[in-house]
Amino acid sequence: MSLFRLALAYLASRPLLSALNAAMLALGVATIAFLLLAADQAEERLTRDAKSVDLVVGAKGSPLQLILSTVFHADVPTGNIGLEEARAVQANPMVASATPLALGDSFHGSRIVGTDESFLALHGATVAQGRLFSAEMEAVVGAEVARREGLVVGAKLTGAHGLAEAGPAHGEHPYTVVGILAPTGTVADRLVLTSVESVWHVHEAHAPARPEITALLIRYRTPLAAAMLPRAINATTAMQAASPAYEAARLLDLAGVGVETLRWFAIVLMASAALSLFAALSSALQERRYDLALLRTLGARPASLAALTLAEGVTLLVAGVILGLALGHGAAHALGIWLSHAGSWPLTGLAWAPGEGLLVASVLGAGAFTCLVPALQAYSSDPAALLAKR
Amino acid sequence: MTMLEIRGLRHAYDGRTVLSVPSWDVAAGEASLVLGPSGSGKSTLLNVIAGLATPTEGSVRVGGEEVTRLAPAARDAFRARRVGLVLQTLHLVGVVSVRDNLRLAQRLAGCRVDDGRIDEVLAGLGIAALAGARASRLSVGEAQRVAIARAVVNRPSLLLADEPTSALDDANCARALSLLLDQAAACGATLLVATHDNRIRDRFARRLEL
Repeated sequence: MSLFRLALAYLASRPLLSALNAAMLALGVATIAFLLLAADQAEERLTRDAKSVDLVVGAKGSPLQLILSTVFHADVPTGNIGLEEARAVQANPMVASATPLALGDSFHGSRIVGTDESFLALHGATVAQGRLFSAEMEAVVGAEVARREGLVVGAKLTGAHGLAEAGPAHGEHPYTVVGILAPTGTVADRLVLTSVESVWHVHEAHAPARPEITALLIRYRTPLAAAMLPRAINATTAMQAASPAYEAARLLDLAGVGVETLRWFAIVLMASAALSLFAALSSALQERRYDLALLRTLGARPASLAALTLAEGVTLLVAGVILGLALGHGAAHALGIWLSHAGSWPLTGLAWAPGEGLLVASVLGAGAFTCLVPALQAYSSDPAALLAKR
Repeated sequence: MTMLEIRGLRHAYDGRTVLSVPSWDVAAGEASLVLGPSGSGKSTLLNVIAGLATPTEGSVRVGGEEVTRLAPAARDAFRARRVGLVLQTLHLVGVVSVRDNLRLAQRLAGCRVDDGRIDEVLAGLGIAALAGARASRLSVGEAQRVAIARAVVNRPSLLLADEPTSALDDANCARALSLLLDQAAACGATLLVATHDNRIRDRFARRLEL
């Protein structure tokens, strides 16, 4: 019968209170762990998807919407631009490469992107099965789309207008899957790629007089282009130029306000849990002051009684932290599975966010400090005086 | 051989003397009674002998060891190693079993946990069947036996009992005292019983009246 086992026995003797204390702490830890995971993975994903594109040229409108729709494929485009104007930008000597995008349809929530093979190079994608599209109405699907929809080379798929599954279907224009991409960990995993001509073909009934595309994804030839090209396009053409890196940072800043609010809420929750733990330990100490006096008569040192009290609190803390991490990661994973079925951004609970180590250390440190007061009370208790009072 | 030597012992609370023992010796293996009314300092005397309280002045030697001059940690070790205490309240750790109460006593005394010794002591007190019972569910009579078992499980050289019989009827009083005397004899301990219960005074040849 070690003092640690005795601490566990004390905890087990108050199962409801112990469980409530651990649960309160776990909720705070889970909330922060979830936020850390989601924020870290979203930032990493945004950065990774944005880093391969220096500039997006598209229709005038919200620059954030342009970037969301053409780089992250999470919004509707701002409109279309003329192919001739786009080619003029492409011919600019400051442009190293320009990847055309023609958007409009989706397949079960995954966007169908009319483009060319330079899109694969942007995301480091390779064809794992089959080949790249070469004729109209041929498509190559991203690894995540193929897995989720059970698509194989030779399968047919039909697009629907817009990003939602409920949009009007283009049943008369089926695509044939001719290739499946290897996983890249980028947005390419969640797309269906085809030629720009295929997108035009599907929409030929509503085609404008002059051919149009949605956007151009630009890579600069020189760093100087970053200073000159966007300004030139914005000032002298009917198009707008937006920087993915800048807009991604702005998006993270905007989302950061909400994340920060939730984080403070979780911190308040954890502070309440720490206070509750303090109250529970102090009350337990009062209840078992004769036990402590008895242990002193049996030869326990004051430090052993402090350690016993500390062990009780720290056990609750560790249980709360482990439960909280499990809950936070479980919730992130469950949401990730749901988002994956919805064709949206992937999120996994099977990873660690860099801030989680600090989270665990802070909670354990602050919690142990909270337990110190009752532990010191136990340390300084006078067994003879207590037994005399009984 | 002398187990307990007290010289010039005085203990005061807030300047008021609550205990005064000019001189008293107890031989090893002897059973002695400390008799006196409530408030006469019996419990204080036991606390001083056990190293739980430091007297205002005087000397207390147990087995040749000056208890009053030991450092706090050494006093804790001395108590764990040499002294068995049966408290008036029979206090047991209620959230664990009888066996675990005895294991705790062994552990805190720095001894190896010896289930064989625990079984032997419990059997000697006729409560072997209670080994797995939760301490908080015992009757007063059972708790008293367990408290005695816990006090003797480490084979102390000095067994101190504070008012072990005062709350008991005559039959249980006689039984409890016999158990204490038997167990002290079984482990070769010197027994000191502090009480105001005059029913047991004739069972002890040596008495200290406070």
